[in-house]
Amino acid sequence: MKKKKLAGAFLSLSLAAGMLAGCSGSGSSDKSSGDGDTIKIGVNLELSGGVASYGQSIAEGLELATEEINKEGIDGKKIKLIKVDNKSEASEATSGAIKLTSQDQVAAIVGAATSTNSIAQVQIAQDNKVPVISPSGTSPEITFSKDKLNDYIFRTSFIDPFQGTVAANFASKEIKAKSAAIYIDSASDYSKGLAAAFKEQFEKNGGKIVAEEAYIAKDTDFRSTLTRLKSAKPDFIFLPGYYEEAGLIVKQARETGLDVPFMGGDGWDSPKLVEIAGAKALNNTFITNHYSSGDPDEKIQNFVSAFKAKYKDKSPDAFNALGYDTGYFLADAIKRAGSADSTKIKEALEKTKNLELVTGTFTLDEKHNPIKSATILEFKEGKQVFNTKINP
Amino acid sequence: MELIQQLINGVSLGSIYALIALGYTMVYGIVKLINFAHGDVFMVGSFVGFYSITVLDLSFVPALLISMTVCALFGVLIERIAYKPLRNATRIAALITAIGVSLLIEYGFIYVRGAQPEAYPNDVLPTDKFDIFGVSINSQSILIFGVAVVLMIILQIIVHKTKIGKAMRAVSFDADAAKLMGINVNNTISATFAIGSALAGAAGVIFGIYYIKIEPLMGVLPGLKAFVAAVLGGIGIIPGAMVGGLLLGVIEALVSAAGYSLWRDAVAFVVLILILIFMPQGLFGKNKKEKV
Repeated sequence: MKKKKLAGAFLSLSLAAGMLAGCSGSGSSDKSSGDGDTIKIGVNLELSGGVASYGQSIAEGLELATEEINKEGIDGKKIKLIKVDNKSEASEATSGAIKLTSQDQVAAIVGAATSTNSIAQVQIAQDNKVPVISPSGTSPEITFSKDKLNDYIFRTSFIDPFQGTVAANFASKEIKAKSAAIYIDSASDYSKGLAAAFKEQFEKNGGKIVAEEAYIAKDTDFRSTLTRLKSAKPDFIFLPGYYEEAGLIVKQARETGLDVPFMGGDGWDSPKLVEIAGAKALNNTFITNHYSSGDPDEKIQNFVSAFKAKYKDKSPDAFNALGYDTGYFLADAIKRAGSADSTKIKEALEKTKNLELVTGTFTLDEKHNPIKSATILEFKEGKQVFNTKINP
Repeated sequence: MELIQQLINGVSLGSIYALIALGYTMVYGIVKLINFAHGDVFMVGSFVGFYSITVLDLSFVPALLISMTVCALFGVLIERIAYKPLRNATRIAALITAIGVSLLIEYGFIYVRGAQPEAYPNDVLPTDKFDIFGVSINSQSILIFGVAVVLMIILQIIVHKTKIGKAMRAVSFDADAAKLMGINVNNTISATFAIGSALAGAAGVIFGIYYIKIEPLMGVLPGLKAFVAAVLGGIGIIPGAMVGGLLLGVIEALVSAAGYSLWRDAVAFVVLILILIFMPQGLFGKNKKEKV
């Protein structure tokens, strides 16, 4: 009996303490983001979970950019990154955004890597008037949904329809494919968005879609569907998925004797893709991407050498570049805004024009999407080789 | 030709289900417990194999043996800690515990190493492709099927020809009577868990080699599918698990071949429901009349 009472007392005490802590937390809240000479920037990324490789790469690029920016600072202020891990889940991305806006009072948020997890933050950012920049979310819905602009949301990457269109043009003009098959991840808006744009453009170019199949993320056996695709005899297969499944599909396709070119989007870009598919199976596959470390442009080569110096000679991938660019995209806006006030940063972001960054020259359109170029890469023995650059 | 190709696709998928289903069926046959943690033992086996190959630099056979040994010990550990204290509790209590153990292993594993996937090296076993009349067969598919059949035969020999097998059959028939006859029931049950878990470990390594990508939640769906396979063949019956696994694999392949790949998982569970309604004893089960 005594024990029970003690436990009860303890429980109520701890509850009361929790409530008090909560009160004091919200009591001291004011709208200034960062105190004195720091500007607090929230980072809401996939640091673990299914697409952890994207989140970690973005974080690396962003940290490098922050380090460089903080050498001089912005008007004497330094950027401080506050990271939360959304575990590659939309619900965690939402609670991460809540924590960053209400508890940490950040000036802006960088994240998330995927479209789904970025969309999960939209409502919170809009309600709290905190600008969010998704470094690699490519779904148009992130910034513009239901005929309405989400005015606090921005992105560093290009959008899905653009990638799909570029891929379709590449298939009909460079590969000279007459027929194509589409194999999508039925649970991903990203995959569906690319596929729809691809289909539209490919048919406009006079090509024929001979088969459309779908899989569910986390599937491991694709042989039956691939056998079906093989009998449709397409010249080209468009596979706009993420690297885990794309790697398995390409591997199993080659084993089934399906030797036609495959093409995907930036979702393929991960070292894990090569580990899963194997270097040989990936020959004769292509992706559209944001940038290539093999591009001879001077700005890109400077970034590559700075990145290699910081991360043990690792060659930066597109997500590293997008993370890096997001840092400068934001820093440029803060500089022009002349303050760390969220609304002023948002207004400055909207006015971004001809900003020279690693993944292209940025000018923001009225839907908050940057207008910039796309790069096509080819896999040769497991290495991404710069193929061509396509302007919008 | 395409149909034959699809049947081959189905058999190699089904062989994996069969290997996992063998473990389910054995444990159920002896203790009447559906060990939902079995799919997670399969996952652990896959990771043990992965680390044996990449970190210890071992080849296929030693990696397989290490994985089977570790899983056997792990299975016994689970049984001793989680199920033994509930031996005389209600069936539902044991079932819920099994689900709890399953979640504990999955998320404990994620806590320790994170949720990111790993990729098995591509060159553990040669992948030769045979083309026979336009049908291509992968050497690894043949290997998987071969391993599944061999392990099933070994299992049959253990159960029907050895002393521990006799003890298992006795315990499954009547545990109390077996105890009165001087059989150590606890050790017999532990042995069952050890053998079943070793099979799951073997399935894990083979899965890794065939499908390359492994991750901490990989055991969930194959585990459930194997359960369907075991029920389909008649739970508690060893050849039934084998046939059930192969049949389920072929059904799934045919569903995909017909263009309904998104319905594949749904069909597997519809099969489960239909079997439970119309043939609850499974394809190989006898309709036992219970004495009152």
